[in-house]
Amino acid sequence: MTSLFNGLLVIVLVMNLFALGTSRIHALIRIVASQGVLLGIILLLVHRHLTIPAFAVAMAGIAIKGFLIPAIMLRALRQAEIKREIEPLISPLASIMLGAIATAFAILFSGQLPLVDQNDGALLVPTAIATVLVGFIILTTRFKALTQVVGYLVLENGIFVFGMLLIEAMPLVVEMGVLLDLFVGVFVISIIVNHINRAFSSLDTRRLLLLKE
Amino acid sequence: MSATWNILAAIVVLGLSGLPAYLLPARSETGQRVATAAMVAGSLLGLCGVAGGVGGAIPSVAGAAWGLPYGRFSVAIDAVSAVFLALVFVVPALGSIYGLGYWGHAQHRGTGRRLGLFYGLLAGSMALVLIARDGVLFLIAWEAMAMAAYFAASVEEDDPAVRRAGWVYLIATHAGTLCLIAMFALWRQATGSFALEPAPAMAAGLASAIFVLALFGFGFKAGLMPLHVWLPGAHSAAPSHVSAVMSGVMLKMGVYGIVRMTALLPVGPPWWGGTLLVAGAITGLAGIAFAIGQHDLKRLLAYSSIENIGIIAMGLGLAVLGRALGRPEWVLLGLGGALLHTINHGLFKPLLFLGAGAVIHCVHTRELDRLGGLARRMPAVTGLFVIGSVAICALPPLNGFASEWLIYLGLFRTVGLGGEPGFAPAAVAAVVLAMIGAMAVACFAKLIGTVFLGSARSDASQHGHDPTATMMGPMIVLAFGCVCLGLFPSIAIAPLEDASRTWAALAESTPISLAAVAPLGWISAAGLGLVAVVATFALISRITPRAGAVAEAGTWDCGYARPDRRMQYTGSSLGATLVDLFGLVVWPRNHQPAIHGLFPGSATFKSVVADTVLDRLVLPFFRAAGRYMSMFRVFQQAQMQSYVLYVLTIVIVLMVWGTMGAEP
Repeated sequence: MTSLFNGLLVIVLVMNLFALGTSRIHALIRIVASQGVLLGIILLLVHRHLTIPAFAVAMAGIAIKGFLIPAIMLRALRQAEIKREIEPLISPLASIMLGAIATAFAILFSGQLPLVDQNDGALLVPTAIATVLVGFIILTTRFKALTQVVGYLVLENGIFVFGMLLIEAMPLVVEMGVLLDLFVGVFVISIIVNHINRAFSSLDTRRLLLLKE
Repeated sequence: MSATWNILAAIVVLGLSGLPAYLLPARSETGQRVATAAMVAGSLLGLCGVAGGVGGAIPSVAGAAWGLPYGRFSVAIDAVSAVFLALVFVVPALGSIYGLGYWGHAQHRGTGRRLGLFYGLLAGSMALVLIARDGVLFLIAWEAMAMAAYFAASVEEDDPAVRRAGWVYLIATHAGTLCLIAMFALWRQATGSFALEPAPAMAAGLASAIFVLALFGFGFKAGLMPLHVWLPGAHSAAPSHVSAVMSGVMLKMGVYGIVRMTALLPVGPPWWGGTLLVAGAITGLAGIAFAIGQHDLKRLLAYSSIENIGIIAMGLGLAVLGRALGRPEWVLLGLGGALLHTINHGLFKPLLFLGAGAVIHCVHTRELDRLGGLARRMPAVTGLFVIGSVAICALPPLNGFASEWLIYLGLFRTVGLGGEPGFAPAAVAAVVLAMIGAMAVACFAKLIGTVFLGSARSDASQHGHDPTATMMGPMIVLAFGCVCLGLFPSIAIAPLEDASRTWAALAESTPISLAAVAPLGWISAAGLGLVAVVATFALISRITPRAGAVAEAGTWDCGYARPDRRMQYTGSSLGATLVDLFGLVVWPRNHQPAIHGLFPGSATFKSVVADTVLDRLVLPFFRAAGRYMSMFRVFQQAQMQSYVLYVLTIVIVLMVWGTMGAEP
């Protein structure tokens, strides 16, 4: 069980690095979508006694993160008529290196944490921390409004992984609330993307500097 | 109990007096009359309460728990509060009547109602400050007072100078409040509650810390140098009746705070009194030196207020010293003098500010060197202004003399009369007090000479005229008070003695009384005698026929053929000698032209007396701080990415830090 579980988590980590390495926004959205689906599956596996509400939440997570949000974002991408992140702050290769360092740091750091034995040996905590860090890296090094959204999605995925630790303690309502927030956030940003594009003739969030006093 | 309820009702009426005007149109005079009527009614109600409280069994206490997390609603009046309450229930009401003519709603459509609202709030919150017996309630009332004063003083916010003065006031008053919050926090630590009850004993260091914080916190409000920075600007920017209330009453709230806290704290070491004496001496001397150098009528009066606060602080210092050394007669004379001077200054300074307002009202300038010759056009205002000036210079037979005389008597006793041990350094303060008095005479001689004597220096000052009855009435009442307290200071002796005994917690059996140590009857006799002599001389000179007709001619004009009315001694030239004498403190700047050759071209001369502390110390400091702090603007890039980067950095730092801490 643990090895299957860890295997899936390693896939999540690899997806992180993929997300950092690609410069095509289309591919980026796809990767994050599949990461969401994978996390939903892990959630199903983590439950020892699967209840109907838990199942419903996992399914809703898969549906929203794996299909609904990517669909909205791809539509916004089509309307904005852009394909790649043209000038990221650092090159994709450097991003991957940075992501690898972040992952190593996360593994080292979680080794220091005083964890319950039950979670020892599992990659759950390192994956959560690494995913959060990668989300941050995407947020700080990419400038297109849509890639920013992807950064937030990755960040949220990391928190979602962390939430699995507390699966017994955290009520499902919280999980649902987070999903709803995420959905509404992406929905709103995807609409705004169009307006940014029209007002600034670009999706570069650095142009928003003009709004500074 | 009923006295306390009277005063609470008065506070509500005063505080809400400005509201009814908002139900009426902005230009409506009726609204203003209603507000004034409410101010007068509330003040009368409050005065009844004070009289009942003093006559009846004091202290009367009312208290109730409230829904707030700290403190309780606890109020009481005692003899000390009563002295200050008397001021609060007299001056604002008179100022409100004056405002009918001075700041009529018809002429000041945009600001009239706002001014009325905050003016009433200011009066109500000051009364609440005086009766609050709980630290939290006190702070709430204190802050309400500070904010009401800010809004009342900055009604003419279109003027950048007013806005600037308002900012300086706002920063200064909050710096003071900060000290007070710290003080009450320490108070709670020392006594276990916010209740303002006399503390029996506490650690000496803690008590001293509370005293120092009180000195700073209340010193900001009272205007002790160098904490006076807000005072000249705010007083000159405010409408005159607001300046009158601020100077006559609000500054005294700072004095009240120091009086109250020194009464609540256990008897402290002698350096408390010494510090107050030194602070008072510095404040008095520097205040009057700055006053002499001013070119602005109301700024001059504001600096003179600082000087008077210095005198009050000296009396208070003497009382604190006397309490520390166990000398009840120092306490009686020092605190009695300080409280009497508080009342006196609360009468003559509003009189002077209202008089200045009457001048400004028809001449529309505050610059001394544009005024002049108003005595002929405004004889009544001139007379009242002279009464106020004589009183503030502490000349007999007016009231300033009586209070300073008490302080003098107390300071003389510190030399050690009749073999009893003294405290000689304190006696130096008597010399300082004498210097202050002499300089005050010079200052007001300059003021009256420039404003009322001579001939008009500008066209505007030719149009002066005595104002309407609503503006004259309050001034006459205040002048009457000055004369009464000057000729018969003994009417104030009972409340003063009560207050001093309450303050020092002297036992009833202590065989000493203010009447015994200060024979105020002599002042009445001497004052009446002086009035009689002056009246006789005046009568004689009136009935004696003059030898020859009085001819009018120009003064000697240095051979210049066409003298102009601007060619008179200016205010700055009259004060120049004294200003130069105190150049080290006042730091006057003269911009004078270099004149070369036989036929020099036109040139200008300018002399500036800035506030040394504000303009040469505080503002440069703030400017430098602003410059260096703007380096931190690089962190505010308005760029999402950099903000997220800050979060990331902090998260990683915290993670690393946490890891190091977790290692066994």
